[in-house]
Amino acid sequence: MAASLFYFFIFPGLLFAATIGAFLSWFDRKITARVQFRQGPPLLQPFYDFFKLLLVKETILPKQGSPMIFLLAPIFAVFGATMAGVFILLPLFNITTGFRGDLLVIFYLLTIPSFSYIIGALASGNPLAAIGGSREMKLILGYEMTFILVIAGVIMKCGQNFDLYTIIQTQQDGSPFIGSISGVILFIVGIFCVQAKLGLVPFDMPEAEAEITDGIFIEYSGAAYAMIKLAKYMMFFILPAFIVALLLGGFNLHGINILWALLKVLAVVLLLTLIRNTNPRVKIKQAINFFMIWMNLLAVIAIVLIAFGL
Amino acid sequence: MGFKSYCFKKSLWVFHFGGASCNNCDIEILDCLTPRHDLERFGILLVGSVRHADVLLVNGIINHHDKERLIEVYNQAPKPILVVAIGACGCTGGLFTESYTFAGPVDKVIPVNAYVPGCPPKPEAIIAGIVKLVNNS
Repeated sequence: MAASLFYFFIFPGLLFAATIGAFLSWFDRKITARVQFRQGPPLLQPFYDFFKLLLVKETILPKQGSPMIFLLAPIFAVFGATMAGVFILLPLFNITTGFRGDLLVIFYLLTIPSFSYIIGALASGNPLAAIGGSREMKLILGYEMTFILVIAGVIMKCGQNFDLYTIIQTQQDGSPFIGSISGVILFIVGIFCVQAKLGLVPFDMPEAEAEITDGIFIEYSGAAYAMIKLAKYMMFFILPAFIVALLLGGFNLHGINILWALLKVLAVVLLLTLIRNTNPRVKIKQAINFFMIWMNLLAVIAIVLIAFGL
Repeated sequence: MGFKSYCFKKSLWVFHFGGASCNNCDIEILDCLTPRHDLERFGILLVGSVRHADVLLVNGIINHHDKERLIEVYNQAPKPILVVAIGACGCTGGLFTESYTFAGPVDKVIPVNAYVPGCPPKPEAIIAGIVKLVNNS
């Protein structure tokens, strides 16, 4: 019991994932600034933002809409991110959960933050938030199919194992899955899915700043918005970590290899940031076409290649 | 200085309210966020929704139409919020003091924490104003 609570709240759950995620979010902002020839924010900027929102600012409840659900939605988002984080990070840190089939649970848990953003947006009673919510819903319909195909490809590569721990061990005994043609294709598709899940720029129409002014988060202020920031920081760590676990061979925590594990996560985040900085926002229809036709096609090609053993 | 006010100072998110402005001040405000002046190194971000704002930048004169909207925006912002009046029009009314559409400079409508005069003020002046605001609040 005490061990489970420790796993959920301290390591590798809430506290650890949020801290690392905040640093990664600083890394993202710093790289963005350097790409635009700017100086960028200081190292502790995400913590300042979070504590300012949590401790200083007032939380305003919208007059229309449902205040209870509006306030519960960010808590659900943090809960979903924590649960998914624990299930992803425990196998990554070589702690076996003895839970076979956790990949499917992770897949469902990873959608909880997006769904709670939608619920919160629709409960706020703001028309722009409703537009953002409907866009987020369409985006989820677009990328979830592709994401499950990526996971299916990894499961097939590992010999029908639904267990993240076994998948990581198989890669560490052999070679990482990315070292084959199908692995490279799955990595490309997976990166775009993560991009859409994180709501980064080519796929950020739910919170499009210029047209619907932060869309789904428009009514959030104060502590409720701090919770959303927390969920976003955590997702910013656990989704790249999930890609590392599925395709890049997981973490090896012996001596100097810790640095290598850190570099893998940083490289994935760097790739996401560079995609974000070099692309304009697409329309929701283009995003759905992109995932439904092209990314699904690539994922199916990868699965066929895996069936032929490539 | 407490932890709370330190965090607040380090992360000011700015919401921009343009009154009946000639757009020169708007352009100078946007200049502050460009690579040359880069206000993000002080943690200052431009946000789209007033619910996320810590600083309300107001420029241009406030006419009778703007007055109700400015009061509404100010009431919708989560407190504590700092208000900065930018430009001669925001501070005093400038050229338009005698105009029949003029409903008073910004500080007649909502409480103002800092004034940045100039027509338009240079980005350096805006940054200096924000530094003074941060150090005195």
